[in-house]
Amino acid sequence: MAYNVIGKNVQRVDAIEKVTGKAKYAGDFLERDMLVGKILRSPYAHALVKKIDVSKVKALPGVEAVLTYKDVPEKPFSTCGHPYSLDPHHRDIEDRHILTNKARFVGDAIAAVVAIDELTAQKALKLIEVEYEVLEPLLTPEEALKDGKLLVHEQFDRNILSDVGYQIGDIEQALAESDYIFEDEYETSIVHHCHLETNVSYAYVDSNNRIVIVTSTQIPFLTRRLVALALGLPTGRVRIIKPYVGGGFGNKQDALQEPLNALMTLAVGGRPVKLEYNREECMIDTRTRYAFKYRSKVGISKEGKIIGRDIFALANSGAYASHGHAIVMCAGHLFRYLYNYQAIKFKPKTIYTNLPAAGAMRGYGVPQITFAIECQMDDIARKLHLDPIEFRIKNLNDVGYVDPLSGVTIYSCGTRQCIEKGKKLISWDEKKAKYQNQSGTRRRGLGMACFSFLSGTYPSSVEVGGARIILNEDGSVQLQIGATEIGQGSDTVFAQMAAEVIGVPVDTIYVTSTQDTDISPYDSGAYATRQTYVAGTAVKKAATEVKEKILTFVSKLKDVPPSMLDIRESNVIFKHSGEAVMSLGDVALHAYYDKQHAAPITSDTTANIRMNAPCFGATFAEVEVDLETGKIEVVEIYNVHDSGRIINRQTAEGQVHGGVSMGIGYALYEQMLFDSKTGKPLNNNLLDYKLPTIMDIPAIGVDFVETEEPTGPFGSKGLGEPPTVSVAPAIRNAILDATGVAFNQLPITPQRAFEKFKQAGLI
Amino acid sequence: MFDLARYIEAETLEEALDLLIENPKLKIIAGGTDVLIKIQHREIENTELLSIRKIKALEGITKLGNGQIVIGALTTFSIISESPIIKKNIPVLAEASISMGGPQIRNVATIGGNICNGATSADSASTLFAFNADLKLQNKEGERVIPIKEFYLGPGKVDLKPGEILTQIIISPENYENYGGHYIKYSMRKAMDIATLGVCAVCKLQRGSIFEEVRIGLGVAGPTPLRCTEAENFAKGKAVSPETLAEIGRLAVKASQARTSWRASKEYREHLIEVLSRRALSVAILRAGGEKIA
Repeated sequence: MAYNVIGKNVQRVDAIEKVTGKAKYAGDFLERDMLVGKILRSPYAHALVKKIDVSKVKALPGVEAVLTYKDVPEKPFSTCGHPYSLDPHHRDIEDRHILTNKARFVGDAIAAVVAIDELTAQKALKLIEVEYEVLEPLLTPEEALKDGKLLVHEQFDRNILSDVGYQIGDIEQALAESDYIFEDEYETSIVHHCHLETNVSYAYVDSNNRIVIVTSTQIPFLTRRLVALALGLPTGRVRIIKPYVGGGFGNKQDALQEPLNALMTLAVGGRPVKLEYNREECMIDTRTRYAFKYRSKVGISKEGKIIGRDIFALANSGAYASHGHAIVMCAGHLFRYLYNYQAIKFKPKTIYTNLPAAGAMRGYGVPQITFAIECQMDDIARKLHLDPIEFRIKNLNDVGYVDPLSGVTIYSCGTRQCIEKGKKLISWDEKKAKYQNQSGTRRRGLGMACFSFLSGTYPSSVEVGGARIILNEDGSVQLQIGATEIGQGSDTVFAQMAAEVIGVPVDTIYVTSTQDTDISPYDSGAYATRQTYVAGTAVKKAATEVKEKILTFVSKLKDVPPSMLDIRESNVIFKHSGEAVMSLGDVALHAYYDKQHAAPITSDTTANIRMNAPCFGATFAEVEVDLETGKIEVVEIYNVHDSGRIINRQTAEGQVHGGVSMGIGYALYEQMLFDSKTGKPLNNNLLDYKLPTIMDIPAIGVDFVETEEPTGPFGSKGLGEPPTVSVAPAIRNAILDATGVAFNQLPITPQRAFEKFKQAGLI
Repeated sequence: MFDLARYIEAETLEEALDLLIENPKLKIIAGGTDVLIKIQHREIENTELLSIRKIKALEGITKLGNGQIVIGALTTFSIISESPIIKKNIPVLAEASISMGGPQIRNVATIGGNICNGATSADSASTLFAFNADLKLQNKEGERVIPIKEFYLGPGKVDLKPGEILTQIIISPENYENYGGHYIKYSMRKAMDIATLGVCAVCKLQRGSIFEEVRIGLGVAGPTPLRCTEAENFAKGKAVSPETLAEIGRLAVKASQARTSWRASKEYREHLIEVLSRRALSVAILRAGGEKIA
């Protein structure tokens, strides 16, 4: 199908605003006499507050309020940004208090102050006297699981948050029937999102006695519910406003500082209070990526077919549940769409420890499991002397696959074409031949990895998105959506969809980028690669409705059947001749001011998506390894994606660039480190946490295999998280190719590489 | 928000020295890229700052008639990395200067501040050590000139007497003329990073094939920047060869006091010292007019 706006490189609707610095973020709003909130954090990873004395603080001029665990609601709450579940067994774990008298990680919030300025607030924190009873910190899942250890949360025996898993088919039989069995362990690290904008909000009580919070969040509506629950208030008393957001990557899919911020304004009679985390706070008291340990056992037939997979996974949740067991379960689900299995056993355990709380991060467990699976695919291919690419192709799923547990069906699948394109882009065969017999201290290697993902959370969770369209008096269009722009480009894609359906140029669409829970249509937010697929369907529906209303309206004015009419370039035309009937501006004027027919044209719709679309892709990487120093450089890298039809290639490429650099960081640079005795963070800042810079990232090659997904709007599928999923295993496999050394633990830092190369006798 | 009790700006060196006598609590600030971080992290509180950044006399790079190169303590890393005098005479220092921080930091961070901060990781230090730089320090009573090696006393500790200000960094012609050099900043990232190891190797050759002199300065190989004396002594008069280079690398480790931390193990650090001293020196040889070592 030919489109006018879909598939075009339309300039981002917020481009000018953002590059000129005019776009306003939560920290840019200044309220008169705004107070500043600060948090007193535990210096111990595991400790009980025995005594807390705030009398000295209250005497400090400029301090307006001091809060401790005594001032917060007793009922624990969950911070997790999942839509509410009507099924009581499927709800998030409520294990958190706004301020706590039991510190569960270094940085846990014990008390807070509100003061006239930041410096006074900082000085005030020093005057709070706390007496702790220090407990033994549990810093690894293995340690936390041991018999007789303390419990991070009393109600969770052996610190097991959950160990629910699943089985498909008969794994014992499948492994027994296999000709080869391979078993290996793979481990990923704790990393941080490092969004540019740290967590920031301000809160006040308005003239109607409602709490208003302007905040940097991915999930305004869910935050409203979570804040209300945390404070024990009716949801309607809370209003969340989300301006532009400087990146989230899943970290802002939790209620983070908002409940405390609300409590702070209530403590000072509703005066506005700003609560902003600095980088050091942001890196310990928001969320992290779950570190996983996998033991994976795979059965293979003589023909190179995968028969069954038995996976044990250990997920480190840190001090609180946040997204809980959902992350490891999502990992255990989403990998199934890639390869075919007769049987799978997935046995995960999510464990509490005394480290910062893990939560959602781009990929939601899938980069972790994909690292294990795709490393193991190469390891098996190597041992069986199979071509790693052919081995994968032989086992791929295709159109028609129905997942036995979720019921999700593959209607479009471009994995094979993605692999072919990637191979060509990196000149796989030529380079493989060239690098066959290398010697010397610098060696090159090629690696690749595939992935599967989904375009939303259905059927695990409800998927609704809301959109509202108003035809302005001049024929331009207001578009309001509940889905949140957090930098990914969704507003632009929605504008294109509305323009395409209605038949107007994209620059006549005005997108309201701010979500305000008092005003915006409902949507659960930006996460799960759902915006284009779910919210896009809502936008398409709203636009279709508006178009129908326009044509019906004109048919009444002109007395012609609506079926004869269409809209093109902001003109209502006769379908058969293309002749203009009325300009959209004229139509709109009549819709507002015609004494007989006036009825402004609007739509307000919700799409409830009870489907899902698997998306696919592959990473191809070339590395150069400096054996002597252990330094590994990614020389070339390509990500090829099947995300259905691409709505806007430029913004899509932007997503892939960001995701691939995140993947390179995951592979070679990033890890949050903690003192192995005390649990104190060692590198919660951007100097010591080695987030790669633009200088460390090569030019990233991007391509797409544009399949037509019948369930997605305009044939599209999701692209938000996928770019980061298969990067680390592709790089790891390239290192294996270059050196013969298999790294089963991320990140592959020079220190680790040095140790392994030494062990392997390479240096 | 900075916890400052006071902020004064001196217009001249004399004024600054007078103010320091009057109030010994004054903390000197130049570019501020180290001091402000300490204040922000509340490592120092209620600070009284004396800014010297308006003192024009402390800025700039000159080559004196006797060949001495004099760098004003307030000269920024951007200026040093672009300076025709530095690029022509001591290009290694330009190399080291551009490896520091990012453009915004280099535009304000000064070489004097870098030295007075006393960090073993200072990007200028290993190079200045390798060039036997002298430092001119001044107080109300007068001035003294000391080798940079003597200035560094320990981690974050330098020999800055009360009332003293570092005014100049001086490099003499006998220390740079006919030398080739190379600086390797070994860090985890290519920019915006702190060195895991800094190696500056310089050498002067006889007839292109014999080491007349080799000097190797190391950063982050001990509590202060240091020189690889044993390796340097060994090199003197030796033929330029892979074997000599390998031995220099091995001996360079002996000068180091590397230790294991969460950033890197002692073993890995020592391995890096060996490899990177050799690599830095092999580039230095080319720049000193020697042949490429296979």
